[in-house]
Amino acid sequence: MSVRLKIISAMQQIAVEQKVTLPPLDDDLSLHETGFDSLGFAILVARLEDDLGTDPFTISEDAAFPLTIGDFIRAYENVPA
Amino acid sequence: MKMSPREVFALRDYLGAELTGRTISDARQIVSLTNILAATCLGDRSGELSGRSVLLAVADQLISGLAMTELDGVVQRMLLCPPDLNADYLQALMEDAGIDAVVTDEPERWADAPINLIVTARAPVPTTVKARTERATEWLMLTSGTSGIPKIVSHALEGLTGAIIADGPARRGPAVWATFYDIRRYGGLQIFLRAVIGGGSMVLSEPGEPIADYIARLRTAGVTQISGTPSHWRKLLMSGSVEGFSPRYVRLSGEIADQAVLDGLARAFPEASIGHAYASTEAGVGFAVNDGLEGFPASMMGENRDGVAMKVEDGSLRIRSTRTAHAYIGRNAAALADADGFVDTGDMVELRGDRYYFVGRRGGIINIGGLKVHPEEIEAVINRHPDVSMSRAKSRRSPITGAIVVADVILADGADASRNNEIRGQILADCRASLASYKVPAVIRFVPSLDITSAGKLARHDA
Repeated sequence: MSVRLKIISAMQQIAVEQKVTLPPLDDDLSLHETGFDSLGFAILVARLEDDLGTDPFTISEDAAFPLTIGDFIRAYENVPA
Repeated sequence: MKMSPREVFALRDYLGAELTGRTISDARQIVSLTNILAATCLGDRSGELSGRSVLLAVADQLISGLAMTELDGVVQRMLLCPPDLNADYLQALMEDAGIDAVVTDEPERWADAPINLIVTARAPVPTTVKARTERATEWLMLTSGTSGIPKIVSHALEGLTGAIIADGPARRGPAVWATFYDIRRYGGLQIFLRAVIGGGSMVLSEPGEPIADYIARLRTAGVTQISGTPSHWRKLLMSGSVEGFSPRYVRLSGEIADQAVLDGLARAFPEASIGHAYASTEAGVGFAVNDGLEGFPASMMGENRDGVAMKVEDGSLRIRSTRTAHAYIGRNAAALADADGFVDTGDMVELRGDRYYFVGRRGGIINIGGLKVHPEEIEAVINRHPDVSMSRAKSRRSPITGAIVVADVILADGADASRNNEIRGQILADCRASLASYKVPAVIRFVPSLDITSAGKLARHDA
Protein backbone atom coordinates (compact mmCIF):
# COMPACT_ATOMS: atom_id res chain seq x y z
CA MET A 1 0.00 0.00 0.00
CA SER A 2 1.34 3.44 -0.90
CA VAL A 3 1.97 6.07 1.76
CA ARG A 4 -0.97 8.03 0.37
CA LEU A 5 -3.33 5.07 0.65
CA LYS A 6 -2.15 4.27 4.17
CA ILE A 7 -2.83 7.85 5.26
CA ILE A 8 -6.28 7.95 3.66
CA SER A 9 -7.14 4.58 5.16
CA ALA A 10 -5.98 5.66 8.65
CA MET A 11 -8.09 8.82 8.36
CA GLN A 12 -11.15 6.82 7.37
CA GLN A 13 -10.63 4.50 10.34
CA ILE A 14 -10.33 7.41 12.78
CA ALA A 15 -13.37 9.10 11.22
CA VAL A 16 -15.43 5.99 11.96
CA GLU A 17 -14.11 5.86 15.55
CA GLN A 18 -14.68 9.59 16.14
CA LYS A 19 -18.05 9.57 14.36
CA VAL A 20 -16.86 12.18 11.87
CA THR A 21 -18.24 12.25 8.32
CA LEU A 22 -15.32 12.93 6.01
CA PRO A 23 -15.80 14.97 2.85
CA PRO A 24 -14.00 13.64 -0.27
CA LEU A 25 -10.27 13.80 0.60
CA ASP A 26 -9.01 15.87 -2.30
CA ASP A 27 -5.46 17.21 -2.18
CA ASP A 28 -6.57 20.82 -1.81
CA LEU A 29 -9.09 20.12 0.94
CA SER A 30 -8.13 22.20 3.97
CA LEU A 31 -7.40 20.09 7.05
CA HIS A 32 -9.94 22.20 8.93
CA GLU A 33 -12.62 21.00 6.54
CA THR A 34 -11.97 17.32 7.28
CA GLY A 35 -13.97 17.59 10.48
CA PHE A 36 -11.04 16.26 12.55
CA ASP A 37 -10.22 18.11 15.75
CA SER A 38 -6.69 18.32 17.17
CA LEU A 39 -7.19 15.02 19.02
CA GLY A 40 -8.13 13.37 15.72
CA PHE A 41 -4.92 14.61 14.10
CA ALA A 42 -2.88 13.60 17.18
CA ILE A 43 -4.27 10.06 16.85
CA LEU A 44 -3.55 10.06 13.11
CA VAL A 45 0.06 11.21 13.52
CA ALA A 46 0.71 8.65 16.29
CA ARG A 47 -0.73 5.75 14.28
CA LEU A 48 1.13 6.78 11.14
CA GLU A 49 4.36 6.93 13.15
CA ASP A 50 3.81 3.31 14.20
CA ASP A 51 2.80 2.25 10.69
CA LEU A 52 5.31 4.21 8.60
CA GLY A 53 8.07 4.52 11.19
CA THR A 54 8.22 8.29 10.97
CA ASP A 55 6.66 11.44 12.39
CA PRO A 56 7.65 14.33 10.10
CA PHE A 57 6.24 16.93 12.51
CA THR A 58 8.46 15.96 15.41
CA ILE A 59 11.63 15.19 13.44
CA SER A 60 11.91 18.69 12.03
CA GLU A 61 11.42 21.44 14.59
CA ASP A 62 10.67 24.11 12.04
CA ALA A 63 8.20 22.02 10.05
CA ALA A 64 5.01 24.02 9.90
CA PHE A 65 1.92 21.89 10.29
CA PRO A 66 0.39 21.49 6.79
CA LEU A 67 -2.74 23.32 5.71
CA THR A 68 -4.18 20.89 3.18
CA ILE A 69 -4.52 17.15 2.70
CA GLY A 70 -1.97 17.34 -0.13
CA ASP A 71 0.58 19.09 2.10
CA PHE A 72 -0.04 16.56 4.84
CA ILE A 73 0.56 13.57 2.56
CA ARG A 74 3.64 15.19 1.02
CA ALA A 75 5.15 15.67 4.49
CA TYR A 76 5.21 11.88 4.79
CA GLU A 77 6.20 11.20 1.19
CA ASN A 78 9.15 13.58 1.42
CA VAL A 79 10.72 11.97 4.47
CA PRO A 80 13.97 10.30 3.36
CA ALA A 81 13.61 6.56 3.75
CA MET B 1 17.18 -4.94 83.89
CA LYS B 2 14.36 -2.47 84.38
CA MET B 3 11.04 -3.79 83.17
CA SER B 4 8.87 -1.55 81.07
CA PRO B 5 5.79 -0.27 82.89
CA ARG B 6 3.41 -2.31 80.79
CA GLU B 7 3.78 -5.69 79.25
CA VAL B 8 5.54 -5.68 75.88
CA PHE B 9 4.85 -8.51 73.48
CA ALA B 10 7.46 -9.47 70.93
CA LEU B 11 7.29 -11.94 68.07
CA ARG B 12 8.95 -14.68 70.13
CA ASP B 13 5.99 -14.65 72.46
CA TYR B 14 3.89 -16.14 69.65
CA LEU B 15 6.37 -18.90 68.89
CA GLY B 16 5.92 -21.28 71.79
CA ALA B 17 6.61 -24.97 71.25
CA GLU B 18 3.01 -25.94 72.11
CA LEU B 19 1.91 -25.52 68.48
CA THR B 20 3.65 -28.29 66.59
CA GLY B 21 3.99 -29.06 62.93
CA ARG B 22 4.57 -25.45 61.94
CA THR B 23 7.14 -24.71 59.24
CA ILE B 24 8.56 -21.88 57.20
CA SER B 25 9.91 -22.80 53.79
CA ASP B 26 11.35 -21.44 50.58
CA ALA B 27 12.36 -23.24 47.38
CA ARG B 28 15.50 -24.65 49.04
CA GLN B 29 14.67 -25.49 52.63
CA ILE B 30 11.96 -26.20 55.16
CA VAL B 31 12.56 -25.05 58.74
CA SER B 32 10.41 -26.28 61.61
CA LEU B 33 8.98 -23.50 63.78
CA THR B 34 8.08 -25.92 66.57
CA ASN B 35 11.28 -25.44 68.54
CA ILE B 36 12.47 -22.30 66.86
CA LEU B 37 12.94 -20.49 70.19
CA ALA B 38 15.59 -23.07 71.06
CA ALA B 39 17.55 -22.15 67.94
CA THR B 40 19.56 -19.15 66.79
CA CYS B 41 20.40 -17.69 63.39
CA LEU B 42 22.71 -15.16 64.93
CA GLY B 43 25.22 -17.43 66.66
CA ASP B 44 23.76 -16.43 70.06
CA ARG B 45 24.89 -12.85 69.52
CA SER B 46 21.50 -11.14 69.90
CA GLY B 47 22.60 -9.99 73.38
CA GLU B 48 25.32 -7.84 71.79
CA LEU B 49 22.62 -6.21 69.68
CA SER B 50 20.48 -5.24 72.68
CA GLY B 51 19.43 -1.61 72.37
CA ARG B 52 21.19 -1.16 69.02
CA SER B 53 19.80 0.29 65.80
CA VAL B 54 20.21 -2.61 63.43
CA LEU B 55 20.16 -2.83 59.66
CA LEU B 56 18.72 -6.21 58.69
CA ALA B 57 20.52 -6.74 55.38
CA VAL B 58 19.95 -10.45 54.88
CA ALA B 59 19.65 -11.59 51.27
CA ASP B 60 17.97 -14.87 52.21
CA GLN B 61 14.29 -14.17 52.92
CA LEU B 62 13.81 -17.16 55.22
CA ILE B 63 16.85 -16.38 57.40
CA SER B 64 15.74 -12.76 57.44
CA GLY B 65 12.32 -13.76 58.81
CA LEU B 66 13.86 -15.89 61.54
CA ALA B 67 16.28 -13.07 62.41
CA MET B 68 13.29 -10.72 62.84
CA THR B 69 11.82 -13.05 65.45
CA GLU B 70 15.15 -13.15 67.25
CA LEU B 71 15.77 -9.39 67.15
CA ASP B 72 12.26 -8.13 67.94
CA GLY B 73 12.03 -7.06 71.56
CA VAL B 74 15.83 -6.93 71.85
CA VAL B 75 17.09 -4.24 69.49
CA GLN B 76 16.02 -0.60 69.66
CA ARG B 77 15.39 -0.35 65.92
CA MET B 78 15.36 -2.80 63.06
CA LEU B 79 15.52 -1.47 59.49
CA LEU B 80 14.23 -4.09 57.05
CA CYS B 81 16.16 -4.09 53.78
CA PRO B 82 14.23 -5.41 50.78
CA PRO B 83 16.45 -7.49 48.49
CA ASP B 84 16.27 -5.11 45.54
CA LEU B 85 17.31 -1.99 47.49
CA ASN B 86 19.57 0.21 45.38
CA ALA B 87 22.98 0.03 47.11
CA ASP B 88 23.60 3.71 46.30
CA TYR B 89 20.92 4.68 48.82
CA LEU B 90 22.18 2.49 51.63
CA GLN B 91 24.57 4.92 53.29
CA ALA B 92 22.08 7.79 53.43
CA LEU B 93 19.38 5.47 54.77
CA MET B 94 21.72 4.11 57.45
CA GLU B 95 22.65 7.63 58.54
CA ASP B 96 19.02 8.69 58.67
CA ALA B 97 18.09 5.65 60.75
CA GLY B 98 21.12 6.03 63.05
CA ILE B 99 22.22 2.48 62.27
CA ASP B 100 25.05 1.22 64.52
CA ALA B 101 24.98 -2.52 63.81
CA VAL B 102 24.36 -4.74 60.79
CA VAL B 103 22.91 -8.24 60.65
CA THR B 104 23.81 -9.86 57.34
CA ASP B 105 24.35 -13.18 55.60
CA GLU B 106 27.04 -11.57 53.46
CA PRO B 107 29.56 -10.37 56.09
CA GLU B 108 32.34 -10.07 53.49
CA ARG B 109 30.40 -7.21 51.87
CA TRP B 110 30.51 -5.28 55.15
CA ALA B 111 34.19 -5.85 56.00
CA ASP B 112 35.16 -2.25 55.16
CA ALA B 113 31.99 -0.55 56.41
CA PRO B 114 32.36 2.06 59.17
CA ILE B 115 30.13 -0.01 61.48
CA ASN B 116 31.89 -1.84 64.26
CA LEU B 117 29.23 -4.44 65.00
CA ILE B 118 28.54 -6.86 62.16
CA VAL B 119 26.63 -10.00 63.10
CA THR B 120 26.41 -12.87 60.65
CA ALA B 121 23.03 -14.48 60.05
CA ARG B 122 23.07 -18.17 59.12
CA ALA B 123 20.68 -21.12 59.01
CA PRO B 124 19.38 -21.78 62.55
CA VAL B 125 21.32 -24.03 64.93
CA PRO B 126 20.22 -25.27 68.39
CA THR B 127 21.03 -23.06 71.37
CA THR B 128 20.49 -23.10 75.11
CA VAL B 129 20.56 -19.32 75.43
CA LYS B 130 17.11 -17.90 76.03
CA ALA B 131 16.45 -14.45 74.56
CA ARG B 132 14.38 -12.04 76.63
CA THR B 133 11.90 -9.45 75.49
CA GLU B 134 13.36 -6.18 76.79
CA ARG B 135 11.63 -3.45 74.84
CA ALA B 136 9.17 -2.60 72.08
CA THR B 137 11.41 -2.59 69.02
CA GLU B 138 10.85 0.06 66.36
CA TRP B 139 10.28 -1.60 62.97
CA LEU B 140 11.64 0.58 60.18
CA MET B 141 10.41 -0.16 56.68
CA LEU B 142 11.14 1.43 53.33
CA THR B 143 8.47 2.81 51.02
CA SER B 144 8.24 1.18 47.62
CA GLY B 145 7.94 4.34 45.50
CA THR B 146 9.48 3.82 42.10
CA SER B 147 11.69 6.86 41.82
CA GLY B 148 14.44 8.22 44.05
CA ILE B 149 15.49 7.31 47.55
CA PRO B 150 12.84 5.44 49.54
CA LYS B 151 11.44 6.98 52.71
CA ILE B 152 11.96 5.30 56.07
CA VAL B 153 8.72 4.62 57.90
CA SER B 154 8.57 3.71 61.59
CA HIS B 155 6.12 1.14 62.93
CA ALA B 156 5.60 -0.67 66.22
CA LEU B 157 4.71 -4.38 66.33
CA GLU B 158 1.45 -3.46 68.02
CA GLY B 159 0.40 -1.36 65.02
CA LEU B 160 1.72 -3.86 62.46
CA THR B 161 -0.35 -6.61 64.04
CA GLY B 162 -3.45 -4.50 64.80
CA ALA B 163 -5.49 -5.86 61.89
CA ILE B 164 -4.35 -9.43 62.60
CA ILE B 165 -5.50 -9.34 66.20
CA ALA B 166 -8.76 -7.65 65.12
CA ASP B 167 -9.48 -10.41 62.58
CA GLY B 168 -9.00 -13.10 65.21
CA PRO B 169 -7.61 -16.57 64.61
CA ALA B 170 -8.22 -18.54 61.39
CA ARG B 171 -11.63 -20.15 61.81
CA ARG B 172 -11.03 -23.27 59.81
CA GLY B 173 -8.02 -24.84 61.42
CA PRO B 174 -4.35 -23.99 61.08
CA ALA B 175 -3.55 -21.90 58.08
CA VAL B 176 -0.66 -22.23 55.66
CA TRP B 177 0.21 -18.75 54.46
CA ALA B 178 1.92 -17.61 51.30
CA THR B 179 2.48 -14.32 49.56
CA PHE B 180 3.93 -13.18 46.27
CA TYR B 181 5.47 -10.27 48.18
CA ASP B 182 8.85 -10.28 49.82
CA ILE B 183 8.33 -10.24 53.60
CA ARG B 184 10.56 -7.16 53.93
CA ARG B 185 7.72 -5.25 52.18
CA TYR B 186 4.65 -4.15 54.13
CA GLY B 187 2.29 -6.50 52.27
CA GLY B 188 4.60 -9.47 52.73
CA LEU B 189 5.35 -8.68 56.37
CA GLN B 190 1.62 -8.72 57.10
CA ILE B 191 1.42 -12.31 55.88
CA PHE B 192 4.57 -13.37 57.74
CA LEU B 193 3.16 -11.86 60.94
CA ARG B 194 -0.19 -13.56 60.37
CA ALA B 195 1.59 -16.89 60.04
CA VAL B 196 3.69 -16.35 63.18
CA ILE B 197 0.93 -14.89 65.35
CA GLY B 198 -1.91 -17.08 64.07
CA GLY B 199 0.00 -20.29 64.73
CA GLY B 200 0.31 -21.26 61.08
CA SER B 201 3.01 -22.12 58.58
CA MET B 202 4.47 -19.98 55.83
CA VAL B 203 5.68 -20.60 52.28
CA LEU B 204 7.99 -17.87 50.93
CA SER B 205 8.39 -16.67 47.37
CA GLU B 206 11.72 -17.16 45.65
CA PRO B 207 13.12 -14.44 43.37
CA GLY B 208 13.32 -15.58 39.76
CA GLU B 209 11.41 -18.80 40.36
CA PRO B 210 9.14 -19.73 37.41
CA ILE B 211 5.52 -19.22 38.42
CA ALA B 212 4.59 -22.85 37.65
CA ASP B 213 7.30 -24.06 40.07
CA TYR B 214 6.10 -21.63 42.74
CA ILE B 215 2.50 -22.81 42.37
CA ALA B 216 3.69 -26.43 42.56
CA ARG B 217 5.35 -25.62 45.91
CA LEU B 218 2.18 -23.90 47.16
CA ARG B 219 0.16 -26.98 46.23
CA THR B 220 2.60 -29.36 47.90
CA ALA B 221 2.65 -27.30 51.08
CA GLY B 222 -1.16 -27.14 51.13
CA VAL B 223 -1.27 -23.35 51.15
CA THR B 224 -4.67 -22.11 52.35
CA GLN B 225 -4.19 -18.32 52.43
CA ILE B 226 -2.32 -16.28 49.86
CA SER B 227 -1.88 -12.61 49.00
CA GLY B 228 -0.37 -10.52 46.24
CA THR B 229 -0.86 -7.46 44.10
CA PRO B 230 -3.38 -7.47 41.24
CA SER B 231 -0.36 -7.59 38.91
CA HIS B 232 0.92 -10.71 40.68
CA TRP B 233 -2.51 -12.30 40.33
CA ARG B 234 -2.94 -11.35 36.68
CA LYS B 235 0.43 -12.96 36.00
CA LEU B 236 -0.67 -16.10 37.81
CA LEU B 237 -3.99 -16.24 35.93
CA MET B 238 -2.10 -15.84 32.65
CA SER B 239 0.35 -18.60 33.51
CA GLY B 240 -2.26 -21.34 33.25
CA SER B 241 -0.71 -22.98 36.33
CA VAL B 242 -3.58 -22.67 38.79
CA GLU B 243 -4.95 -26.16 38.25
CA GLY B 244 -4.93 -28.23 41.43
CA PHE B 245 -4.20 -25.19 43.59
CA SER B 246 -7.20 -24.32 45.75
CA PRO B 247 -6.52 -21.79 48.49
CA ARG B 248 -9.52 -20.88 50.63
CA TYR B 249 -8.47 -17.26 51.18
CA VAL B 250 -7.19 -15.05 48.36
CA ARG B 251 -6.25 -11.42 48.98
CA LEU B 252 -5.22 -8.57 46.73
CA SER B 253 -3.52 -5.38 47.88
CA GLY B 254 -0.96 -2.81 46.84
CA GLU B 255 -2.64 -1.76 43.60
CA ILE B 256 -6.20 -1.11 42.46
CA ALA B 257 -8.15 -4.37 42.29
CA ASP B 258 -10.37 -3.86 39.27
CA GLN B 259 -13.50 -5.89 38.55
CA ALA B 260 -11.75 -7.90 35.85
CA VAL B 261 -9.09 -9.33 38.16
CA LEU B 262 -11.63 -9.98 40.94
CA ASP B 263 -13.87 -11.85 38.47
CA GLY B 264 -10.87 -13.74 37.06
CA LEU B 265 -9.91 -14.94 40.54
CA ALA B 266 -13.50 -15.89 41.35
CA ARG B 267 -13.54 -18.10 38.24
CA ALA B 268 -10.12 -19.63 39.01
CA PHE B 269 -10.86 -20.24 42.72
CA PRO B 270 -14.61 -20.81 42.98
CA GLU B 271 -14.36 -22.13 46.56
CA ALA B 272 -12.20 -19.32 47.91
CA SER B 273 -13.02 -16.16 49.80
CA ILE B 274 -11.64 -13.45 47.53
CA GLY B 275 -11.12 -9.97 48.86
CA HIS B 276 -9.06 -6.89 48.38
CA ALA B 277 -7.45 -5.08 51.25
CA TYR B 278 -6.38 -1.49 51.44
CA ALA B 279 -2.97 -1.18 53.06
CA SER B 280 0.20 0.81 52.57
CA THR B 281 3.57 1.08 54.27
CA GLU B 282 2.58 4.47 55.69
CA ALA B 283 -1.15 4.06 56.36
CA GLY B 284 -0.97 0.46 57.57
CA VAL B 285 -3.91 -1.87 57.05
CA GLY B 286 -6.96 0.28 56.36
CA PHE B 287 -9.81 -2.05 55.51
CA ALA B 288 -10.82 -5.16 53.60
CA VAL B 289 -13.54 -5.51 50.99
CA ASN B 290 -15.07 -8.95 50.69
CA ASP B 291 -18.18 -8.46 48.53
CA GLY B 292 -16.37 -9.36 45.32
CA LEU B 293 -16.78 -5.87 43.88
CA GLU B 294 -14.18 -3.24 43.03
CA GLY B 295 -14.09 -0.11 45.15
CA PHE B 296 -15.64 0.01 48.61
CA PRO B 297 -19.01 0.96 50.13
CA ALA B 298 -19.35 4.65 50.95
CA SER B 299 -20.62 3.58 54.37
CA MET B 300 -17.02 2.69 55.29
CA MET B 301 -16.14 6.38 55.29
CA GLY B 302 -15.94 7.94 58.75
CA GLU B 303 -15.04 6.03 61.89
CA ASN B 304 -15.52 2.24 61.93
CA ARG B 305 -15.61 -0.35 64.68
CA ASP B 306 -11.89 -1.20 64.43
CA GLY B 307 -11.05 2.39 65.29
CA VAL B 308 -10.07 3.15 61.71
CA ALA B 309 -11.22 6.58 60.54
CA MET B 310 -11.31 7.55 56.87
CA LYS B 311 -12.01 10.75 55.00
CA VAL B 312 -11.47 12.19 51.55
CA GLU B 313 -9.65 15.49 51.16
CA ASP B 314 -8.55 17.02 47.85
CA GLY B 315 -9.68 13.80 46.21
CA SER B 316 -7.36 11.49 48.13
CA LEU B 317 -8.14 8.92 50.79
CA ARG B 318 -6.91 9.82 54.31
CA ILE B 319 -6.68 7.22 57.07
CA ARG B 320 -6.24 7.51 60.81
CA SER B 321 -5.82 4.42 62.98
CA THR B 322 -3.56 2.75 65.49
CA ARG B 323 -2.13 0.72 62.60
CA THR B 324 -0.60 3.61 60.72
CA ALA B 325 3.12 4.20 60.90
CA HIS B 326 4.30 6.56 63.63
CA ALA B 327 6.58 8.79 61.59
CA TYR B 328 8.98 9.18 58.74
CA ILE B 329 12.55 8.88 59.99
CA GLY B 330 15.51 10.96 58.86
CA ARG B 331 17.04 14.39 58.54
CA ASN B 332 14.51 15.85 56.11
CA ALA B 333 11.59 13.69 57.18
CA ALA B 334 8.22 15.29 56.50
CA ALA B 335 5.28 14.89 58.85
CA LEU B 336 3.54 11.56 58.25
CA ALA B 337 0.10 12.64 59.45
CA ASP B 338 -1.87 15.88 59.46
CA ALA B 339 -2.77 17.76 62.64
CA ASP B 340 -5.73 15.43 63.21
CA GLY B 341 -3.62 12.30 62.81
CA PHE B 342 -4.77 11.38 59.28
CA VAL B 343 -2.24 9.92 56.84
CA ASP B 344 -2.66 11.06 53.23
CA THR B 345 -2.48 7.84 51.21
CA GLY B 346 -1.97 9.62 47.87
CA ASP B 347 -4.61 7.28 46.45
CA MET B 348 -7.31 9.20 44.63
CA VAL B 349 -10.92 8.06 45.04
CA GLU B 350 -14.17 8.99 43.37
CA LEU B 351 -17.71 8.56 44.69
CA ARG B 352 -20.11 6.97 42.18
CA GLY B 353 -23.49 6.06 43.59
CA ASP B 354 -23.01 4.49 47.00
CA ARG B 355 -19.46 3.30 46.40
CA TYR B 356 -16.02 4.83 46.31
CA TYR B 357 -13.69 3.75 43.51
CA PHE B 358 -9.93 4.09 43.40
CA VAL B 359 -8.94 6.03 40.30
CA GLY B 360 -5.16 6.16 40.63
CA ARG B 361 -2.15 7.56 42.45
CA ARG B 362 -1.84 11.30 42.83
CA GLY B 363 1.77 11.07 41.63
CA GLY B 364 0.80 8.89 38.68
CA ILE B 365 -1.34 11.42 36.84
CA ILE B 366 -0.46 11.91 33.19
CA ASN B 367 -1.13 15.24 31.56
CA ILE B 368 -3.02 15.15 28.27
CA GLY B 369 -3.30 18.61 26.76
CA GLY B 370 -3.62 20.16 30.22
CA LEU B 371 -6.17 17.59 31.37
CA LYS B 372 -5.35 15.15 34.15
CA VAL B 373 -5.66 11.47 33.41
CA HIS B 374 -5.16 8.48 35.71
CA PRO B 375 -3.76 5.58 33.64
CA GLU B 376 -5.43 3.14 36.05
CA GLU B 377 -8.97 4.19 35.11
CA ILE B 378 -8.21 3.52 31.44
CA GLU B 379 -6.64 0.14 32.25
CA ALA B 380 -9.70 -0.85 34.29
CA VAL B 381 -11.88 -0.34 31.21
CA ILE B 382 -9.50 -2.20 28.88
CA ASN B 383 -9.13 -5.10 31.33
CA ARG B 384 -12.89 -5.71 31.21
CA HIS B 385 -12.56 -7.10 27.68
CA PRO B 386 -12.73 -10.91 27.92
CA ASP B 387 -9.68 -11.37 25.66
CA VAL B 388 -7.46 -9.06 27.73
CA SER B 389 -5.19 -10.32 30.54
CA MET B 390 -3.50 -7.11 31.51
CA SER B 391 -2.83 -3.62 30.21
CA ARG B 392 -0.87 -0.45 30.82
CA ALA B 393 -1.92 3.02 29.73
CA LYS B 394 0.67 5.78 29.45
CA SER B 395 1.30 9.07 27.78
CA ARG B 396 3.16 9.52 24.54
CA ARG B 397 4.35 12.87 23.24
CA SER B 398 2.42 14.30 20.34
CA PRO B 399 3.44 17.18 18.08
CA ILE B 400 -0.23 18.18 17.89
CA THR B 401 -1.57 18.06 21.43
CA GLY B 402 1.63 17.72 23.47
CA ALA B 403 0.63 14.26 24.69
CA ILE B 404 -1.82 11.49 23.92
CA VAL B 405 -2.85 8.33 25.73
CA VAL B 406 -1.57 5.03 24.36
CA ALA B 407 -2.05 1.54 25.77
CA ASP B 408 -0.05 -1.67 25.76
CA VAL B 409 -2.24 -4.73 26.07
CA ILE B 410 -1.51 -8.40 26.80
CA LEU B 411 -4.09 -10.63 25.22
CA ALA B 412 -5.33 -13.71 27.05
CA ASP B 413 -3.86 -17.03 26.12
CA GLY B 414 -5.52 -18.44 23.06
CA ALA B 415 -6.65 -15.11 21.62
CA ASP B 416 -6.33 -15.56 17.87
CA ALA B 417 -3.89 -13.04 16.29
CA SER B 418 -6.17 -12.78 13.26
CA ARG B 419 -8.75 -11.17 15.55
CA ASN B 420 -6.36 -8.41 16.71
CA ASN B 421 -8.08 -5.69 14.69
CA GLU B 422 -11.50 -6.82 15.84
CA ILE B 423 -10.39 -6.88 19.50
CA ARG B 424 -8.71 -3.48 19.13
CA GLY B 425 -11.96 -2.07 17.74
CA GLN B 426 -13.96 -3.54 20.61
CA ILE B 427 -11.56 -2.17 23.23
CA LEU B 428 -11.73 1.29 21.66
CA ALA B 429 -15.52 1.10 21.59
CA ASP B 430 -15.57 0.12 25.28
CA CYS B 431 -13.25 3.02 26.10
CA ARG B 432 -15.33 5.50 24.12
CA ALA B 433 -18.46 4.29 25.87
CA SER B 434 -17.08 4.90 29.37
CA LEU B 435 -14.27 7.45 29.15
CA ALA B 436 -13.95 11.08 28.06
CA SER B 437 -12.56 11.27 24.52
CA TYR B 438 -9.11 12.53 25.57
CA LYS B 439 -8.73 9.42 27.77
CA VAL B 440 -9.44 6.99 24.94
CA PRO B 441 -6.12 5.48 23.79
CA ALA B 442 -5.01 6.85 20.41
CA VAL B 443 -2.98 3.71 19.81
CA ILE B 444 -3.38 0.22 21.22
CA ARG B 445 -0.39 -2.09 20.90
CA PHE B 446 -0.52 -5.79 21.67
CA VAL B 447 2.56 -6.83 23.64
CA PRO B 448 3.77 -10.20 24.98
CA SER B 449 4.56 -8.94 28.50
CA LEU B 450 4.59 -5.91 30.79
CA ASP B 451 7.21 -5.13 33.43
CA ILE B 452 6.34 -5.67 37.08
CA THR B 453 8.48 -3.97 39.74
CA SER B 454 10.11 -5.97 42.53
CA ALA B 455 7.35 -4.66 44.80
CA GLY B 456 4.82 -6.43 42.56
CA LYS B 457 3.41 -3.33 40.90
CA LEU B 458 2.97 -2.60 37.24
CA ALA B 459 6.06 -0.60 36.20
CA ARG B 460 5.09 2.93 35.17
CA HIS B 461 8.22 4.45 33.72
CA ASP B 462 6.59 7.63 32.50
CA ALA B 463 4.62 8.34 35.64
